[in-house]
Amino acid sequence: MGQIVLKQITKSFGTVHVIPCLDLEIDDGEFVVFVGPSGCGKSTLLRLIAGLEDVSSGHIEIDGRDATAVPPAKRGLAMVFQSYALYPHMSVRNNIAFPLRMAGLDKAARSARVEAAAKILNLTDYLDRRPGQLSGGQRQRVAIGRAIVREPAAFLFDEPLSNLDAALRVSMRQEITELHQSLKTTMIYVTHDQVEAMTMADKIVVLNAGRIEQVGTPLALYATPANVFVAGFIGSPRMNLIDGAEAARHGAATLGIRPEHLALSRDDGAWKGVVGLSEHLGSDTFFRVTVDGVGSLTVRQSGEVDVKRGDTVFLTPSAPHLHRFAATGEAMR
Amino acid sequence: MATRHARTAARIMISPAVLLLLGWMLVPLSMTVYFSFLRYNLLMPGMEEWTGWLNYEFFLTDPAFFDAIGNTLMLVGGVLLITIVGGVLLALLLDQPFWGQGVVRVLVIAPFFVMPTVSALVWKNMFMNPVSGLFAHAAKAVGLAPFDFLAHAPLLSIILIVAWQWLPFATLILLTALQSLDSEQLEAAEMDGANPLNRFVFIMLPHLARAITVVILIQTIFLLSIFAEILVTTNGGPGTASTNLTFLVYAQSLLQFDVGGGSAGGVIAIILANIVAIFLMRMIGKNLET
Ligand SMILES: Nc1ncnc2c1ncn2[C@@H]1O[C@H](COP(=O)(O)OP(=O)(O)OP(=O)(O)O)[C@@H](O)[C@H]1O
Ligand SMILES: [Mg+2]
Repeated sequence: MGQIVLKQITKSFGTVHVIPCLDLEIDDGEFVVFVGPSGCGKSTLLRLIAGLEDVSSGHIEIDGRDATAVPPAKRGLAMVFQSYALYPHMSVRNNIAFPLRMAGLDKAARSARVEAAAKILNLTDYLDRRPGQLSGGQRQRVAIGRAIVREPAAFLFDEPLSNLDAALRVSMRQEITELHQSLKTTMIYVTHDQVEAMTMADKIVVLNAGRIEQVGTPLALYATPANVFVAGFIGSPRMNLIDGAEAARHGAATLGIRPEHLALSRDDGAWKGVVGLSEHLGSDTFFRVTVDGVGSLTVRQSGEVDVKRGDTVFLTPSAPHLHRFAATGEAMR
Repeated sequence: MATRHARTAARIMISPAVLLLLGWMLVPLSMTVYFSFLRYNLLMPGMEEWTGWLNYEFFLTDPAFFDAIGNTLMLVGGVLLITIVGGVLLALLLDQPFWGQGVVRVLVIAPFFVMPTVSALVWKNMFMNPVSGLFAHAAKAVGLAPFDFLAHAPLLSIILIVAWQWLPFATLILLTALQSLDSEQLEAAEMDGANPLNRFVFIMLPHLARAITVVILIQTIFLLSIFAEILVTTNGGPGTASTNLTFLVYAQSLLQFDVGGGSAGGVIAIILANIVAIFLMRMIGKNLET
């Protein structure tokens, strides 16, 4: 069980209104990712759900019960912190066993559950080490182990992989996804990494300045962003956003087109431009093309394309993939 | 000091300091050792003569010596206990956010700036005095007989005075240590179901272990040689009830004019202090590694 409902939550620190008013439903067993720019209130929202901060107004319901005034330990949620927050003076074994010890379990039951968790997370060989003697990935696993043993209703992760190097991040990402598939427990995951959000989430919540911009599956957000902010935030490289006369010609205040939906040709097309910077990734090539009256656009081409800096090229947007936004920023459909 | 060259340079650089320290230590030390083997009384100048171990024999078999050792240990132990327990509690209190925090923190540190003789005299005359002291007034106000602290509980009174002086030091060190504790660790413990007492025992106290060790080490060094507070309050009395080793050495050489006996006492005090130091270093070595 792990259904979480936020009803009209607000949060202010003194005069700073971090979260103006927010409603959100998280279903049991879902993997929900919060994304948004730095300082938009992702961590604050997570801490409100955890109970580490009190809401200024509104209600939090966990499994149908009002949990607004319930202390953190009683909410049945487990949190994995960005800094791991392991207890440095305790062995890995004692770190993982700490919540069980606080819950008053006897030694035999504790060690059985610690061993089981260690097995899932490949930590069996490290149980007697101190956190200081582990690598970043291992520490991360200990922090997850400490969360698992409590058998929580939901896991809360606050940017758990941001301290790891790229390769480790990929493998930990898969481990967490696998963990979710085997435990089937609700997970709420905060990140600012596009790829993490797109690959791990059942549901992405895009936050901006404490407000929810859009909630949906990763592909829904990618294909039909509800507004300019989501359009610009989801996807890497970013969607090209065009305003001015060219957008007005399509009856919109802002026009959006993703780099892969621009066809590149040497001979003819809708927009004529000059190639600037190009990035060659092997599988793909990205060009910056400056088009008069439209601006600088990013174009994605599969494989290697023989176009050099300074070449004149023509771009044609794929009509079904054009996103039109009104002056308010809302998508027009 | 990665290279051999850097090591050599470092050795040359520190050698003047080492030599100076050596001279500074060795001259008085060897003179003390030399005097401790002489019959050397200030009332009979020019009559010094070699007596072998006699001074040591007298000093070690003097009943005052055992009293002094006991008092020294009580004094050091008592003050350490009060300052560390009190220091941890005060640090916990001062770590909470409250209005006027900055001013209160400065005030807490204030006793450390008061000279030992002054603070001891203030305590003696203004607080503990059985006639005009504040405690006597307080006792009379609630209908109790005033208690003559310095006459009836001299050692305890001195422990209180010295603890008052050293509490700020302990508080300061422990407060800085407490502030360096990662708040996420406490939050993690809170989510793990630890109540405030458990958080203190399992997270804060282990984090403070190192700072507590440092406080014990530094305070022990200074507390072994407490002197001024005793001189201005009880003068070691009544009898030897508040005489510690330092004061006994002083009494021997300057009140009884027996420089030889005093020197022997000094040498013994040095040996005892070193034994304590070895124990402390062991403890610290264990606590400061990792
Ligand atoms: N204790 C606090 N007191 C005052 N303001 C705070 C406090 N905690 C957070 N804030 C403010 O709330 C806003 C949201 O902070 P939060 O930590 O939730 O951002 P975030 O989305 O997690 O950002 P990041 O991606 O950088 O971690 C920030 O503007 C921050 O300055
Ligand atoms: Mg954050």
